[in-house]
Formats: sequence, C-alpha cells, structure tokens
Amino acid sequence: MEKTKKGVRLEHISKIYQDPKTGKDFYAVHDTSLTIEPGSFVTLLGPSGCGKTTTLRMIAGFESPDEGEIYLGDEPINELTPNKRDTAMVFQSYALLPHYNVFDNVAYGLKLRKVHKDEIKERVMKILDLVELSGMEGRMTNQLSGGQQQRVALARALVIEPSVLLFDEPLSNLDAKLRVSMRTEIRRIQQEVGITAIYVTHDQSEAMALSDNIIIMNKGVVAQMGTPQEIYYHPNSEFVADFIGEANFLKGTLTGQSGSMAAFSIEGNSLEVESQGKLEQGKEYTLVLRPESAHLAEEGGLPCKVTLSCFMGSYQNYQVMVGNTLVKLTESNPKNKHIYKVGESCTLKFEPDAVHIL
Amino acid sequence: MARGQGAALDRKKLMADPVMVTTIVLLITFLTLFILYPLAILLVDSFYGEQGVTLDIFKRIFNMPTFTTAITNTLKVGFLVGILSTLIGLLFAYVEVYVRMNRFVGGLFKVVSMLPVVSPPFVLSLSMIMLFGKAGIITRFILGIYDNSVYGYWGIVIVQTLTFFPVCYMMLKGLLKNIDPSLEEAARDMGASRMKVFTSVTFPLLLPGLGNAFLVTFIESIADFANPMIIGGSYDTLATTIYLQITGAYDKAGAAAMAVVLLCITLLMFAVQKYYLEAKTAATLTGKASRGRMLIEDRSVKIPLTILCSLAACFVIMMYLCVPIGSFFPTWGYKFFPLTGKWFGLIFTRYHGLQAFTDSFMLSLIAAPITALLSMIISYLVVKRKFRSKGFIEAVSMLAMAVPGTVLGVGYIRGFASGVFHTGFLQGIYGTGLILIIVFVVRSLPTGTRSGISALQQIDKSIEESAYDMGADSLKVFMTVTLPLIKDSFLSGLVTAFVRSITAISAIILLVTPQFLLITVQINEFAEKGSYSLACAFATILIIITYGAVLLMNLFIKHFGTSRKLKEDN
Repeated sequence: MEKTKKGVRLEHISKIYQDPKTGKDFYAVHDTSLTIEPGSFVTLLGPSGCGKTTTLRMIAGFESPDEGEIYLGDEPINELTPNKRDTAMVFQSYALLPHYNVFDNVAYGLKLRKVHKDEIKERVMKILDLVELSGMEGRMTNQLSGGQQQRVALARALVIEPSVLLFDEPLSNLDAKLRVSMRTEIRRIQQEVGITAIYVTHDQSEAMALSDNIIIMNKGVVAQMGTPQEIYYHPNSEFVADFIGEANFLKGTLTGQSGSMAAFSIEGNSLEVESQGKLEQGKEYTLVLRPESAHLAEEGGLPCKVTLSCFMGSYQNYQVMVGNTLVKLTESNPKNKHIYKVGESCTLKFEPDAVHIL
Repeated sequence: MARGQGAALDRKKLMADPVMVTTIVLLITFLTLFILYPLAILLVDSFYGEQGVTLDIFKRIFNMPTFTTAITNTLKVGFLVGILSTLIGLLFAYVEVYVRMNRFVGGLFKVVSMLPVVSPPFVLSLSMIMLFGKAGIITRFILGIYDNSVYGYWGIVIVQTLTFFPVCYMMLKGLLKNIDPSLEEAARDMGASRMKVFTSVTFPLLLPGLGNAFLVTFIESIADFANPMIIGGSYDTLATTIYLQITGAYDKAGAAAMAVVLLCITLLMFAVQKYYLEAKTAATLTGKASRGRMLIEDRSVKIPLTILCSLAACFVIMMYLCVPIGSFFPTWGYKFFPLTGKWFGLIFTRYHGLQAFTDSFMLSLIAAPITALLSMIISYLVVKRKFRSKGFIEAVSMLAMAVPGTVLGVGYIRGFASGVFHTGFLQGIYGTGLILIIVFVVRSLPTGTRSGISALQQIDKSIEESAYDMGADSLKVFMTVTLPLIKDSFLSGLVTAFVRSITAISAIILLVTPQFLLITVQINEFAEKGSYSLACAFATILIIITYGAVLLMNLFIKHFGTSRKLKEDN
C-alpha cells in the first residue's frame, strides 16, 4: 500500500451515557487523550464497561464525543459520518452481508467507491490471497467456518485500504485454539500491510501477543499506556497489575534505603528488594510479585505455610500464606523438583529485582 | 456533565445525509397531516362552535337516546366478544402447544389461523344469515324453525367472536411457546396434577397475556363497522351510529363529537394494553423455552380436547365456505339446485362488476407498495437509527392502530372536505382516488410497521454498521443491505397491505364518491338491501383475489426468499 500511514489522536475525549435504570448520566469515557503512532498496533484493553468499545466506536464515527476532538492524521474528524471516515472496522459478530457471497462482501466497499470492475477483481483476489481464502470467493458466508468468516471480515476491511483498521473484539466468538492462530495471522497481516491498527479486547494474552502498545482502560479513563513489557513489569497501579497477568500484592513498610536497594518489613519479616526512585521512610508500600518469579525453598526468604498444591502438567500451582497474606505462585517444570504438600512450612524466595514497588 | 457536543455532532452527521433528512421530514409531514391532523380537527370541531369554545355539541349528542344506547351496546358487545374470543383462542393455543395432534387436526388449525387474514369483513355475517337466519339453511330447512332472528346483539357477538378469536389464538400460541417447560415439569415433579399445573403455573404466567388478548379483541370489536352494519339490524353500535349520523342525518358536527367519544374509548384501552399489559407480559415470559415440551399423550385429555377444537374449527371453516357456495344458489333461501352462475353474470352485466373489480384492485395495488415501503422505512428508522423525532414517528404510526376506521373517515371528511383547517388547502384531494389511497396506506401502516420492526430486530445491528463503515450512505445501506435482508417481511407486508386495502370498508365507505365503485362498498349495499346472492357473489370474487394474492406471496417466498435460507443455517 502506497498510501501514507496516518496516526490517530484523541484530545480530551468524553462520552456521556444515561444509565437506563437510574436515569442518571455517567461518563462512559472521561477526558481521555491518546496518541497512536502511524503504522503501530495498539490495543485497548480493559474489563467490560471500561469504555474501550465506546472509544473505538467514536473513532469509527458511530458515536459522537461529548467533549474533545478526534484527529485522523492531522485532520479533525468529529463531524464526519462513518462512511466518510478513512477507517475500516472488523466487527465482533463479523457482520458479513449474509445475502452476498465472499467475493461480493469483499468487493462491497470498492463498488461504493466506483472502482473499475477489473480493478475490483484484481484487488479482491489479491486480498483474499493475503488472508488465505483463495478459491472461496464463490461461497456464501454462512457456508464458512467462524475463522473463515473472520478472514472475510478482515479482507473486506483491508481491501478499501483505510488509513486505520479498527478491531472490535474480533476473536471473541472463536474457540480457544482458533483464537490463538487467528491472532498470529492478524499480526502477520498488519505487519505485511504496515497499517495502523486499533484493537479492542478484554483478553490480556491477545493484547500481549498482538500489540506494539497496550492502553489499559478502567471506568472510562486510561489507567496505563505502554509496551507489553512496561505494563507487565512496571504496572502503575494495583488494578493494572492485577488485570495483566496474575499478581500478588505484599504490603511492606519501608525500613531503610541505600542506593538501589530498599529494605521492607513484610508481615514482621525483613526483606531487601531493588527499588527505583526515592521512597519515604516508614511509609507502607505495595510490592507486586508475579507468581512465576517466586519459588518455594527450605530456608531464606519469607517463612510461609502451603495451603494449596496442585499439579497442572507443565507447572505446579501453589498457594501459601505469608503471615496473613495469600500468595499464589507457579513452579514450572515440576518433574524433578521437590513438591511441597498442603500444611508444610517452608519459605517463599524471589530475586531482589522480581518485585515492582507501587 | 454536558452532552451538548455529542448531540450537536449527531445532528450534524444527520444533516450531512440529505436523503435521511428528506425522508424524515417527509415522513413527519405525512404522519402529521394524515393521522394527527384529522384527529385534531375532530377535537377542534366538536369543541368549537360559532360562539367559541363550547360543550354544546357534546351536550346535544349525549341527549340523543340513540347515541347513549349505542355506547352501552358497543361496550356490551366488546366486553363479551373480548372474553369469548380470548377463551376460545386460549383453548386452541393450548391444544396446539400442549397436546399431540395428528396432521389433519394440525391442518385444520392452520386454516383457522389463516382465514381472518384473507377474508373480507362481511363474510361471516353473510354466512350467519344464510345458515341461521329466517330463511337459513340450518334453521329453516334442517331444524324447521321459521322465525329465528340472527339480527341484533347475539348475531354481532357470535360473528365477531368467530372473526377475532383466531387473532387471540395466534397471540396466545406465541406466549405459550415461550413458557419454559421445565417450570411445569417441576410442578408435576412435586406432585401437581395436570389441572393443578395449569391453574397454578401456566395460567398465572399467562394472565397478562390473556388481558392483552382481551383488550386487543375489545378494541377490534368496538372499531368493527362491517359486521354490526349487516347483522346488527336495529342494534346500533358506535361505529354504525356515527356512519348513520353522517349519511342519514347529515350531522357532521355531531358525528365528529361521537367519533371523539369512540376514539377516547379505544385510545384508553390501547394505552392500557400497550404500556401496562405488554410490558407485564414481557416481564413474566422472558425465558425462551430451553428445549421441547413433552406433549400430552393421555387419551382422556387428548381426545375430548381434539374433538372439541376440530368441531369448532370445522364450524368456522364451514361458515367461511358458505359464502362462495351460496353465491351459486339460484334463489337464496328457497331454491338451492341446480347451482347456477347467474349471479356472477348479473354483477358483471348489470351491476358494474368489472368496474368495481378494477377500481378496488387498482387502488389497492397502488396503495400496497407505498404502505410496504413506508412501513419498512419507518421500521428501519425506529430500530436502526437514532435521531430526535424518532419517538414521534414511532408513536404516531402506532397510534394509527388504535384509531377506528370510522373515526378516521369522519376526521378526513372534517379535515379535507373544505381543505386543511377549512382554508381550502389540499381540498383538491377530497373525493379523489388519492384520498382513498392515503386512507388505505394509513389503515395498513401500523400492522406493516409492527412486523417490520420485529423483522429488523432480528438482524444484527453491526451488519448495517459495517456497510455504513465501508462507505455506504443511508440510502445505499437501506437499499443494498436492509431491504434484501427483510425481503420476506417486505413481501408479506406488501400482500397484507393489499389484502387489508381491498377488504377495507369502515373509513372508505364515508369517503368514497360515486365515481369509484369498490367491491366492499357494493357488498355492503347489496347486503343492506337484502340482495344476499349478489353480496355473496361480490364477496366470492373478493375472496378469490385475496386468496390468490396470499398464494402468490407464499410461492414467491418459497422460491426467492432469502431469510428462510439464512435461518436454516443459523
């Protein structure tokens, strides 16, 4: 595609809805500003009702923002109707036109743009080849599997060469295995075409696998934005830490700090971890510990008691009590390791750089 | 919080779509001018005399014994017809949903549910007179009763019940199917007898639905013009009294005030039904049946119920068949053989049968596609789009459902005979075919809109959004996506509108001018005069037309329908 790539910019966007039960207005999206770089793959991730789909639909033009301005490239697009915006959306329900076959579905947007018949044919065939549906162009859409329908929906969006591709939870109707292979596919195609993509999902592994950048939304506001690594290792709140992957939260009071090391008192035990920035003496902090970065040992670390020990195949699943705090951890490849049983006393160990201080 | 900007942007986006804006403006104009305005003028005319605002006209009509009797008559008929129709409808629905039937009985049920759709309004009254009247086949020739009178209260009640119970049957069938069988199975499992299950589980769940069916029938009954006209004799209802007030007493102001009274009754019932009972029905019967119901095989239940329903069904079918057969009798009520086609010959040679046929046919043929398209556009706007005046459009097109044809007819006379607000504006359409077509459209619009809305609600909103997103404007979306997807519904709407138009009488009879001969008006005229053979012959022609139209539609849907194909796969 020779077109210049365009980014998307949201400036102080808000959308107000009315609660159907109470009749009260509330912010579905509140004062959200985002910059999405041209050619990048960005995921809007969050629990249901966080405003991610509303944000996407405002970019597509189906909803109008109550405050703020949306830009496509440098052009403000608030007043444009969806059919005049240079965006194309892949819907959760695929939304293929059931009375058309695969070819006509993909060709629909091109026909509307009055592209010449021969060119339509050429471009549709090329895009069907890209999504690996060559030879299927004569099929009716209800004769296709869920994954194939998804590819048609993607092809239909790609063929009109939009500046931005929008995805509204496109994989949520597929079974687990297909979901994994389709997301690899979507990433491959986006990279090949080099298009800007905005992808809405509530599935964190999908977000991790696909994105250059993840935007985590909660209750209508952006909770954090960053690369998958930044968000996973340096979450800025308990919400983000808990939403992306599994997280344990250890409450600790700072007892001392020297250089890059900080000493905490956790459940009456003293512990040294790596820290960034200045911390306040005597204040209570929350330490985020990922389940896979800790292991159980006979001595050293925090004393604990096993309350759950469960074999999961590729890993052993533990829950232990450190004082009054429940900690979940996973020990991978448990075959030749010592397995702790429920009720056993042991210690919880992890590297000093394994925790993130909130 | 200010939602101003979003609303302003939505408005701007709407304005950027000239086709949408034009459509909405035209629709609002049409609905206001041809539904709201005629009703408004009735109110104005009946409260506004020469000395300004006055209650004189109402005082006058309420002092007329004919009018006050008509009110009690109408309510008495409506009440009993509502109850009887609901009960018979419930029986049929219960047997269909709960009892295992053989295919023959199932077929009978299907025919019964179809008949009121295709039959003209007078048919049952005519056959009632033919079978049970003074010279009735059953009363005189089989039972030997010479002085039986079918005219009056009981005649109307029986005929209206037979006409309207299939509507209740279809409504209640839908509700019964939505009751989750496991609720009843749980009651059975805890030791309740079948009767106890019905009285303690099924019936309470169904109660709002029964109320709903009762009110719908009640409204239909008090709005009915044709049957009381023919079989009422001297027993006048509101609809016939209003008609006589105009055609007999030439008292247009009085008729307008009477129409206001009738309208108030139906609107009140409609409001209760729409806003109270419909919501309640939906609340109690939300669950979709999770799986099939164990049908009743028990012979002691099955046999009596099946026989009862089959007999009733056969009786109804016989009533409907009576009219076509009767049109072949040489002399009605005296001589039945040999069968003859002379009445058909007569209507075509002496009574302008061909003109009646073409006038009715052409006017309905023009009205049907307009109605179908209009109701699909309204449904599309109501279901799929959001804009400010949407509520108005939906409310007014539904309101038309509660307006009896007679009321609308009087409204048109008052509203257009001397132009809009008596200014002479649009006076030109009065007395022309155009106003008849408009009446046809307005009368069939609510049914079409309702079925269009339910068809569109089945379609995932994002299908249209995707087309919109791909670059199609509203017109393109409607033409390339919406319409093809509801082709079946559109087609059946087209035929329903056609059938409703060609069988319409109540509003039309007040507005038709001598230059147009309509079949229904002819039937009414001949039945009034006692020329039942001619009335039957006209009615038979009408039945053939309507039945042919329905047959054609089914054939078409079978071969070219889209929705069916799609439904099978989903």
